[in-house]
Amino acid sequence: MGIMKAAKLVHEYIHRDDDGNVDHIETALNGVDLDIEAGDFIAILGHNGSGKSTLAKHLNAILMPTEGTVWVDGKNTKAPENTLDIRKTAGMVFQNPDNQIIAGMVEEDVAFGPENMGVPSQEIWQRVMRSLNLVHMEAYKNHSPNKLSGGQKQRVAIAGVLAMQPKCIVLDEPTAMLDPEGRKEVMDAVLELNKTKQVTVILITHYMEEAIHADKVYVMDGGEIVMEGTAREIFARVQELENHRLSVPQITKLAHELKCSGLPIPDGILDEEELMEAICHLS
Amino acid sequence: MSLILNEVNYYYGKGTNLVSHAVKDVTLTIEDGEFIGIIGHTGSGKSTLIQHMNGLLKPTSGGVYYNGRDVHDGSFKLKELRSHVGIVFQYPEYQLFEATVFDDVCFGPKNQGLKDNEAGLVAFEALRDMHIPPEMYYQSPFELSGGQKRLVAIAGVLAMKPDMLILDEPTAGLDPRGRKEILNLLSRLNREKHITVVLVSHSMEDVAEYVNRLIVMDKGSIAFDATPKEVFAHYKELETMGLAAPKVTYFMHQLKEKGWQVDTSAITVEEAKKSILAAIRR
Repeated sequence: MGIMKAAKLVHEYIHRDDDGNVDHIETALNGVDLDIEAGDFIAILGHNGSGKSTLAKHLNAILMPTEGTVWVDGKNTKAPENTLDIRKTAGMVFQNPDNQIIAGMVEEDVAFGPENMGVPSQEIWQRVMRSLNLVHMEAYKNHSPNKLSGGQKQRVAIAGVLAMQPKCIVLDEPTAMLDPEGRKEVMDAVLELNKTKQVTVILITHYMEEAIHADKVYVMDGGEIVMEGTAREIFARVQELENHRLSVPQITKLAHELKCSGLPIPDGILDEEELMEAICHLS
Repeated sequence: MSLILNEVNYYYGKGTNLVSHAVKDVTLTIEDGEFIGIIGHTGSGKSTLIQHMNGLLKPTSGGVYYNGRDVHDGSFKLKELRSHVGIVFQYPEYQLFEATVFDDVCFGPKNQGLKDNEAGLVAFEALRDMHIPPEMYYQSPFELSGGQKRLVAIAGVLAMKPDMLILDEPTAGLDPRGRKEILNLLSRLNREKHITVVLVSHSMEDVAEYVNRLIVMDKGSIAFDATPKEVFAHYKELETMGLAAPKVTYFMHQLKEKGWQVDTSAITVEEAKKSILAAIRR
């Protein structure tokens, strides 16, 4: 079993009318099977309303399965006694940086998690510095978070999760509100964590470019996993992705268009280098 | 119909020791029917700038002129300006509040003084223009998907019949298809209804494909104001401002360095494709 596993996971949101009677039931997840290996970089793609965020909340025991089971590091999320351990194992970063920063100073914000876990204070400060170093925000430790840019705030939020030393980090559209530079800062920090610290990363995103580094990509639609494979396998299926309201990275799109125009270019080109090689090969 | 910003300066916190010069000496003319993109790093002054365009902010110095009239001369009703120039803020779906989609879209025109039936007519038109299916008109806006809510919010501004529509990152947080749908609808409003559209965006790929004129803000000033092709030719300077050119433009430059005779001014996939095919078949 991998570090995160879901078996036949079903989640229903129950909508009630003013009198508390069940009005209708919305099935947000419909039989999801998932097995994530420790140390992997996983991307989850899917259109608005496809069930991605609901799935993410199951990976951190914020939501409980209506049916099926989720295990985080071998622990069943349904058992209340496991909840704290699960949240220590899997840290979560949300879309809006302003909703997850609580303290008046960067280092205090990062210290909030380990403080709550009862970590001895000497160790808290070591963890805070280490975490800020990892996301390259050590120079801002005494700053007020509300003066930071979006990308910087999001990196502080990531440091706050890292200070709890999780094995996994689940990021739910962490770059949706950022400008191109902020997006790059956050993605560089996340990739580095995965490569150098072997933190398992589960990235939910609408930016196809951010998924090209993933070891494995899952595509969701209608509460189900409809495609899974390596980034190359997934992005080779351009039409299928478009049918799921998604797209491919711009360079992949260009490669695909050139192929459709008759050039012998392989499927699943992911970046400039690969396309350059394919084109230079033609002559 | 034109909107002119003349030597506009704006300071936040003037008179305190935390003064910030958010807009510096901006002079700009927006003509009828243009489709304009505004790009810039977070904090470059984009949002402050657009708030001058419908009188939400008054310049610390300089003037704003709508159809040749100074909008801050005292006789000009700002309410009238706001009927002509509509702003759709970031995440506008958080501003939906009525019990039904239709009532929400009627709110603006009713506030403009239209009678119920007149307001209803413009609301229907706006909902149609935003491709909201009729079966949703009498649903609660809170039951819709994120992308649909956003379209309803835009319809709410459109129902006030503005000549000019300013949108602050209207596609943020939407899936790729949702982004395309909104941009295509805006493009149609611009072409068919001749509404001037000003689009603030963080997506270089989107502005490259849709706008006719691109304004780049950097540290409160206008760094570039030209066609997207002309602006993206300065990709190295854009990088120093925390921006970039579309990915395909970089690729075209790399191909050129390797000796391929390709057009480095290509900024969309379509243009890049044509140029590469031509170079290969030469």
